[in-house]
Amino acid sequence: MASIRHFCRFARSLKPSYYSSKPIIQSTRTFSVTSWHRQLYEEEEKPQFPGAKSAGYMKKLEFIKPNQYDGIPTYRVLSRKGEILEADQDPNLDEDYVVRMYKAMTTMNTMDKILYESQRQGRISFYMTNFGEEGTHVGSAAALDGGDLVFGQYREAGVLMWRGFKLDQFMNQCYGNTLDVGKGRQMPVHYGSQELNFYTISSPLATQMPQASGAAYALKRAGKDLCVVCYFGDGAASEGDAHAALNFAATLDVPVIFFCRNNGYAISTPTHEQYRGDGIASRGHGYGIYSVRVDGNDVFAVYNATKAARNIAIKESRPVLIEAMTYRIGHHSTSDDSSAYRSVDEVHYWDKQDHPISRLRNYMMSQDWWDADKEKAWMVETRENVMQAFQKAEKSLKPSPTELFADVYDEMPKRLQQQHEEMKRHVEQYKEYYPSEIYEPFRS
Amino acid sequence: MNLFQAVTNALDISLAADPTTIIFGEDVAFGGVFRCTVGLAEKYGKERVFNTPLCEQGIVGFGIGAASAGATAVAEIQFADYIFPAFDQIINEAAKFRYRSGNIFDCGKLTIRAPWGAVGHGALYHSQSPEAFFAHIPGIKVVIPRGPIQAKGLLLSCIRDQNPCIFFEPKILYRSALEQVPIKDYTLPLSEAEVLVEGNDVTLVAWGTQVHVLREVVNLAQEKLGVSCELIDLQTILPWDIDTVAKSVTKTGRLLVAHEAPLTSGFAAEIASTIQTECFLNLEAPIQRVCGWDTPFPHIFEPFYLPDKWRCLDAIKKMINY
Repeated sequence: MASIRHFCRFARSLKPSYYSSKPIIQSTRTFSVTSWHRQLYEEEEKPQFPGAKSAGYMKKLEFIKPNQYDGIPTYRVLSRKGEILEADQDPNLDEDYVVRMYKAMTTMNTMDKILYESQRQGRISFYMTNFGEEGTHVGSAAALDGGDLVFGQYREAGVLMWRGFKLDQFMNQCYGNTLDVGKGRQMPVHYGSQELNFYTISSPLATQMPQASGAAYALKRAGKDLCVVCYFGDGAASEGDAHAALNFAATLDVPVIFFCRNNGYAISTPTHEQYRGDGIASRGHGYGIYSVRVDGNDVFAVYNATKAARNIAIKESRPVLIEAMTYRIGHHSTSDDSSAYRSVDEVHYWDKQDHPISRLRNYMMSQDWWDADKEKAWMVETRENVMQAFQKAEKSLKPSPTELFADVYDEMPKRLQQQHEEMKRHVEQYKEYYPSEIYEPFRS
Repeated sequence: MNLFQAVTNALDISLAADPTTIIFGEDVAFGGVFRCTVGLAEKYGKERVFNTPLCEQGIVGFGIGAASAGATAVAEIQFADYIFPAFDQIINEAAKFRYRSGNIFDCGKLTIRAPWGAVGHGALYHSQSPEAFFAHIPGIKVVIPRGPIQAKGLLLSCIRDQNPCIFFEPKILYRSALEQVPIKDYTLPLSEAEVLVEGNDVTLVAWGTQVHVLREVVNLAQEKLGVSCELIDLQTILPWDIDTVAKSVTKTGRLLVAHEAPLTSGFAAEIASTIQTECFLNLEAPIQRVCGWDTPFPHIFEPFYLPDKWRCLDAIKKMINY
């Protein structure tokens, strides 16, 4: 928001000398009046406004129309049948790596199904699935360095899965048990991991975006050959913080990849109520940012784009915007019934005809890396793994109620210590009204 | 040094002592609209002292990210009046960063500085004192100095504190307050109030510019009413020093809190309510709050709006005669 800066005037007249050596207007002070006039005359046909580099003047009025250009094309590597479309675009990943990608995507899919059901049974309070967007997560994560910092929205569990977050850790967070590093303070799916450089998720949308720009600035100053990747949805891109993030990243030249998951919906709001431009990728140009649109259901296209973006980000120290087109096959969350605003047929199309998991499976089968038997065995194995972690997490106690007061500050202020004592005394006195048996005891 | 020079000096020390320190905001590179960053970009480079686009939510979000990734981030909001676009980043993000992650991530290295308070002619958007909005946010610290010595010591404490801090600088004092400020590196403790004048009959509590108003009131009350006042500069709004204020009120039995911000839900309400609980048996009169009126901050009516010494003196009179 702009300030009326009438206070600035007196201050600006006191500019230190270094500033007056800056180009354009200031430097003209050294010209004689005649040479300044001559310069003006000679360049009369080119605009000299400091605010934009302009191709030139135009003598007839013409607005730039939003539909002047065709939409930005969508980059893909694999056909829906899993065939490589252009040989020179094949990332040539080896069998083990591709199978690992497939296993990460399918493990997440299995975990989603089980945790979704467990919420329906009231065993966890909330859940958000990743159905249909597994390819965007794993494709991008696989192209990053493990040291790259990740800022997410909430539908990027596959990035953690790829980086080695254990099923136990996902479950512990969803149950808010004593093994949860977040100490049970946040809603389910708000994961975070220091070891895996995955910043803890928070609910307010797009707030992570300018933070990603700031973290990238710190990384750049620290001289590390690393970048930041920041995930967000097409709805979050409408927040003011998205504008802030892109503009700051561009003007401050920071190595950050903005990765938009455009899945067609923000809860019930379809994209045609979200924006009127050509999606999110088209905004990149306005901010002076390299941008690309990819097929988010094509894990290789996502991989290639992210890998190239990472190179640009680090080598040129500048931001890159990737818009991955996909479709949110699941409900927005367990608190949402998406059939209230979209057809079952539409969902069915994406689930059956254009799914990132089946596309990669087709590719693997065409390479003889996978078959029906392997698929069957893997499904049994991954389901068992998920169920084991699930049962273990469910049995664990919740953290001590003392954790309610810790970490508000680095050290607990006196008033919080007093409130902790007050709560402890109260719960002791009224113990029959509190579920203390499922929590670890108070700490002194 | 005046107050703006004390701020520059503190920033200079921080930049010199800690190579990760960066300073950024609107117009800070040429020295800032209040001269607080003069010379720092030349001395430490444009990578460390730089302008951002004009976007407060971006400035604070950027600062949180930089701090969380290891930089000591000192963000400037040009006027406290324009901090509200960043309210979400402060309240939902900075303040909760450590808590929500179970202490695996934090943005404790973030400090937000902003010019604050009345300036004579600032009207609605160059005069505000928004500390009470921030006093309701667990997880941040809010600090306001009364002069150059405190500005330097408290600002260095904020920059080094491992929690996100908001440092409000009373802008009317930028040039008007002159003191012998130690050149060396020193800090003053946060969450500690300072007893400036000892007295026996009434406790006066304020912060920022209002401390100077109450200092005059101490003399006026002695001269005109024969009342001995104890004056306390609260300095840190959150977490505030309850003990020092309670101890004083236990002795005097009377409390006046004065601030420029509007009365209703101003920070005086928190102090009054807490002290009423802590010192119920010692209080001999209702706690008085002398504050700005519950209006926007007006332009030509500023002299009638502010809780000046005459309004404070009148409140003391009421308490003594209660």
